[in-house]
Amino acid sequence: MSDIIRSSAAELAARLADRSISSVEVTQAHLDRIAAVDGDVHAFLHVSEHALEVAGEIDARRAAGEELGELAGVPLAIKDVLVTTDMPSTSGSKILEGFMSPYDATVVARARAAGLVPLGKTNMDEFAMGSSTEHSAYGPTRNPWDLDRIPGGSGGGSAAAVAAFEAPLALGSDTGGSIRQPAHVTGTVGVKPTYGGVSRYGSIALASSLDQVGPVSRTVLDSALLHDVIGGHDPHDSTSLADQWPSFAAAAREGARGDVLRGLKVGVIRELADVGFQPGVSASFRASLAAMEAQGAEIVEISAPHFEYGVAAYYLILPAEASSNLAKFDSVRFGLRVDVPGGTVEDVMSATREAGFGDEVKRRIILGTYALSAGYYDAYYGSAQKVRTLIQRDFDEAFAQVDVIATPSAPTTAFRLGEQIDDPLQMYLNDVTTIPVNLAGVPGISIPSGLSDDDGLPVGIQFIAPARQDAQLYRVGAALESLLVDSWGGPLLDRAPILGGAR
Amino acid sequence: MAAKVALMDFDKALELFEPVLGFEVHVELNTRTKMFSPAANPAHPDNHGAAPNTLVAPVDMGLPGALPVVNETAIRSSISLGLALGCSIAPSSRFARKNYFYPDLGKNYQISQYDEPIAFEGAVEVELSDGTTVTVDIERAHMEEDAGKLTHMGGAAGRIQGAEFSLVDYNRAGVPLVEIVTKPIFGAEHRAPEIAKAYVRTIRDIVIGLGISEARLERGNLRCDANVSLRPRGQEKLGTRTETKNVNSMRSVERAVRYEIQRQAAILAEGGTITQETRHWHEDTGTTSPGRPKSDADDYRYFPEPDLLPVAPSPQLIDELRAALPEPPAARRRRLQGEWGFTDLEFQDVVNGGLLAEVDATVAAGASPASARKWWTGEITRVANARGAEPQALVSPADVAALQKLVDAGTLTDKLARQVLEGVIDGEGSPQKVVDARGLAVVSDDGALIAAIDDALAAQPDVLAKIKDGKVQAAGAVIGAVMKAMKGQADAARVRELILERAAQ
Amino acid sequence: MSEITPDLVRHLGVLARIQLNDEEVERLTGQLDAIVDNIAKVSEVATPDVPATSHPIALENVFREDVPGDMLTLDQVLQNAPERADDRFRVTAILGEEQ
Ligand SMILES: [Mg+2]
Ligand SMILES: [Zn+2]
Repeated sequence: MSDIIRSSAAELAARLADRSISSVEVTQAHLDRIAAVDGDVHAFLHVSEHALEVAGEIDARRAAGEELGELAGVPLAIKDVLVTTDMPSTSGSKILEGFMSPYDATVVARARAAGLVPLGKTNMDEFAMGSSTEHSAYGPTRNPWDLDRIPGGSGGGSAAAVAAFEAPLALGSDTGGSIRQPAHVTGTVGVKPTYGGVSRYGSIALASSLDQVGPVSRTVLDSALLHDVIGGHDPHDSTSLADQWPSFAAAAREGARGDVLRGLKVGVIRELADVGFQPGVSASFRASLAAMEAQGAEIVEISAPHFEYGVAAYYLILPAEASSNLAKFDSVRFGLRVDVPGGTVEDVMSATREAGFGDEVKRRIILGTYALSAGYYDAYYGSAQKVRTLIQRDFDEAFAQVDVIATPSAPTTAFRLGEQIDDPLQMYLNDVTTIPVNLAGVPGISIPSGLSDDDGLPVGIQFIAPARQDAQLYRVGAALESLLVDSWGGPLLDRAPILGGAR
Repeated sequence: MAAKVALMDFDKALELFEPVLGFEVHVELNTRTKMFSPAANPAHPDNHGAAPNTLVAPVDMGLPGALPVVNETAIRSSISLGLALGCSIAPSSRFARKNYFYPDLGKNYQISQYDEPIAFEGAVEVELSDGTTVTVDIERAHMEEDAGKLTHMGGAAGRIQGAEFSLVDYNRAGVPLVEIVTKPIFGAEHRAPEIAKAYVRTIRDIVIGLGISEARLERGNLRCDANVSLRPRGQEKLGTRTETKNVNSMRSVERAVRYEIQRQAAILAEGGTITQETRHWHEDTGTTSPGRPKSDADDYRYFPEPDLLPVAPSPQLIDELRAALPEPPAARRRRLQGEWGFTDLEFQDVVNGGLLAEVDATVAAGASPASARKWWTGEITRVANARGAEPQALVSPADVAALQKLVDAGTLTDKLARQVLEGVIDGEGSPQKVVDARGLAVVSDDGALIAAIDDALAAQPDVLAKIKDGKVQAAGAVIGAVMKAMKGQADAARVRELILERAAQ
Repeated sequence: MSEITPDLVRHLGVLARIQLNDEEVERLTGQLDAIVDNIAKVSEVATPDVPATSHPIALENVFREDVPGDMLTLDQVLQNAPERADDRFRVTAILGEEQ
């Protein structure tokens, strides 16, 4: 395997800047890797035909002496939930097969402006509904650590692409854990920014009040670099925050270098002990806490009594908002149309949505339609909104005592493909530790904490910070990352199978 | 058409039943851009008549990933309108999604306001033709977006029933609307149709005074849904109501309410029941026909719009907009009558014709009050009646003032001016353009007139002698002949002067 | 137990414009019943004194200046149209009327 594809984005950026390597070389190496392994992994739904051309332009601009962004020339994989003008955007659904957006998502436009090279669109659970990427209409993505296992979801494609060295960086979206849970099961890093920290414009909406776009990478610094590019106020998104954000890359570098763990108060949620984590996941989590404690961090037990209602509230709010957001897929302006001879437009819409949506999407639309319908609103949607308030209060009280909260990123390691597909309730529990973060709008990061003793698969640790304190996550995440990588004697992904024939 | 509908005599209907009215008026704001997108607004005069699907931003057609952002000017217009309706302005209001599938609705939900409208609890004074006023209580005024436009093809022309297919244009999708909802109006009695008309006229006067809408009913800038129910005399409980949709002129509002009262009374008197439904007004036949009945499919699943945030106008903003309000229509009417020096009768003529704003604008454009009144209540109204249109739909106040200027300058006689008006109404351009194109100006060249006079005198040789004898009135016959020869394009007074000069020679 | 019945599921399918066959109705009825039983517990803690949160980060008065922009060309508007007639989208006969 070439050293190019194993390099972090920061390392590639440095070599591109000193011109010891070109963007065309970097891009070609990743395209070669995709050609070699993506038949097995299936992280990509579409590989860009323009990548080398774009890379060439960046090289030319650099050669002409133009001042370029730090990540200029670095390839980027883009979750298919984000609309792009030069590649189809399907959100993993048959109903949008071949859809070409006339505009770019803001994050994509910003990435292009910063000189990143779009490599392709990554696979996902249909409309981001799922935790395994098995609900993609285009077939599942496989976990590079074990091709029989799920890569997490909904952003399994972005996580797998990064874990399989098909891309150094990827964009994801996280509604209830869709960036962090795939990071957990693939041994990668993923960040769900503060709600409003990154524009949602051009992100095909699942649940508007929960969705947040964020970075996916192999190192904390790389996520920070990408976050610096895509974040900040966007007038196209009313919920976008107008805050001046600090440099997240600077925060990550500070964390990797300094002693930010000394005196850091890390909250551990008492109620989560009962959730029933896989023993190897719990053990890895405790080992990370111990490593932090050894560096002077203080572990503080905190209470979050309403977290246990989080999953229930989430599975009301998400389907409700999704049932409305997905109404636009109706066969009139774009997407699939199923003709009904002699039928009315209502018949055509109903037949199209029947044929174009997968089972999980239908299930959630019907559930959301129910939760909003007359007579049930107060009991369901209205109550879920109140739970949201209670979970926010839990966070407020916790953050009065601690700087960050730590949890395992998910209850188990990667399960086998097909294992939970017929059990929606079990599937929903995969997001038990990530969901409260979306409900409250606070930021969360998942970084690799090691391999589980019971099955040798990756485990992640999640850190949660108060709203707007994303920089704290990069600082703490980078600090623990450097401790752990030192203790492992190299990145966790060095221990993943090579793929591409040498499985 | 359906079977013949029985109608009860209007007076008889009112003997048996008490009508209860209610109105929902949608006002299209004339902001430069749409309610939630920066696409140009077709309800702004600059964009009128744009080609289909050329005023569309991603959110207007519900493109994946697109998001709405609220137009600040639309918020200010809505607050001003709320204040002008005497409403309280909510310290915090929010948008909600009204979910239903329809091909003209790009997102398949309409962003509207539901339980938290921006303005609520107001009242407007509505003046009737006899000068009395009626107070109409306002329940709420809320902001929302318009839907696109469907054109039904095949089957009965333009009707949804029997159409084979429909075409969708999203230009109108997202046009800012304020929906004004009245409380039930009791005690209207035999004046119910007139109150309906006067209410819509009052709303129109208010929005024109605020300058927030073009307010052209025939273009859909103002759309009135009229709710009518009847209850037997002495009954407490309200009857079942019907909602007659989108009646697109003030006259039609009046007719539609009268028709519904007569139709419902006939059914109720026969022991029948009224179906709660929307009904469609047919201008050509002066009738309504049944539309969509209420059903349990009307479950709009409202919930707070997660893509938008609450609107919380500061007290300072509300004070600022309140201070900038134009005077209320009733006060304005009193002032204008004084300024214009109209008699009560003359003024009522203008008001009843719904022409106050037009006369005012025409005066503002430079015409004398008397001439402005004469044009609007006279010739323009006559043509409008003949064509079954609204006077204000035919010609702009600026054109009327320009026309009068040509009369005042002697370029046009009254008769010629009426011909020019016809040209303007027929879309031939400004009065000056019509004068030029049709060659209608008064001939002010004395040479041409003298030549015509000489011809006429030659044909009637005895006339000259009579005039010379001092029988000046004999000139009338020659004037007539000259005017005829000049095809009316001469100033009769000048012709008379020239004849007398000739006779004196 | 919740009140999910096959008739309710069928009605929800009509509201959501998803044509469901009998097998799907039956399957969804069972699944939704189990899910609703599970998520109904939100009402345990959602007491009247707790305000609802619809936006995770509270903001208000986010407005846009009334300046035109972002308009799509006619080609962009129609580029994904399943069916068009000249410059408009074409749909088959509409049964119900607008709301
Ligand atoms: Mg209405
Ligand atoms: Zn409305």
